[in-house]
Amino acid sequence: MWIYEKKLQYPVRVSKCDPKMAKYLIEQYGGADGELAAALRYLNQRYTIPDKVIGLLTDIGTEEFAHLEMIATMVYKLTKDATPEQLREAGLGDHYADHSFALFYHNAAGNPFTVTYIQAKGDPIADLYEDIAAEEKARATYQWLIDMTDDPDLQDSLKFLREREVVHALRFREAVEMLKEHQDSRHPY
Amino acid sequence: MDAQWRTYTPWRSPFDPCPPREQRAYIVPPNQFIQTQPRGLRQFAPREALRRGTLWPDLYSPYDTAGRGAQP
Repeated sequence: MWIYEKKLQYPVRVSKCDPKMAKYLIEQYGGADGELAAALRYLNQRYTIPDKVIGLLTDIGTEEFAHLEMIATMVYKLTKDATPEQLREAGLGDHYADHSFALFYHNAAGNPFTVTYIQAKGDPIADLYEDIAAEEKARATYQWLIDMTDDPDLQDSLKFLREREVVHALRFREAVEMLKEHQDSRHPY
Repeated sequence: MDAQWRTYTPWRSPFDPCPPREQRAYIVPPNQFIQTQPRGLRQFAPREALRRGTLWPDLYSPYDTAGRGAQP
């Protein structure tokens, strides 16, 4: 089970009215290497991985949901006071036609989220390598998002999220090292 | 047991419905231990290399299921 704290992991402040940025940020909401994909990927892998790394997957998978909430907050703030006409000008006319002001899990190009973005092979090494790759790709996405805004407050939150990808990638690489060494103490060979 | 295999015992609840399959096995292939392949590694004979898929014994991963000691 989870316990919810009604606050964001890191503050989200958006100081520039830029609805178009919401269209790009949604990549990290419902994109292939977004926070939803990350959370679902890690939490699902926990059942078929050695016990030693289950806790790591729980912790990081949970944190990804906290990141998802931060992205949602950014998108909401950037769009909530826009008129349909402004959304249209921002390239969000398609989104408004289908969802009005609701958020939806799709990527920056409008492709709906699909679980085919993630995999579970059941081979611990293969699964952890997917996790490492996903973290590096998410780090790159945050870089391109930071490049696309000049709002220092939005950049600040995005830089926090980018740094978490850097840390998570290292934690997963440490998990690989643990699994390389690990031998069941009950059956030494 | 083949040195590339690792085994672990997943936690088991007293209320699990099925008879226990205590041990699980996974393989750690040799590429995990080499960052950049050094020069001058031992080599298989050419004909054997063709059959095994690699020229170098240090990179060979037999996936010998008889030696894994447990099911995945």
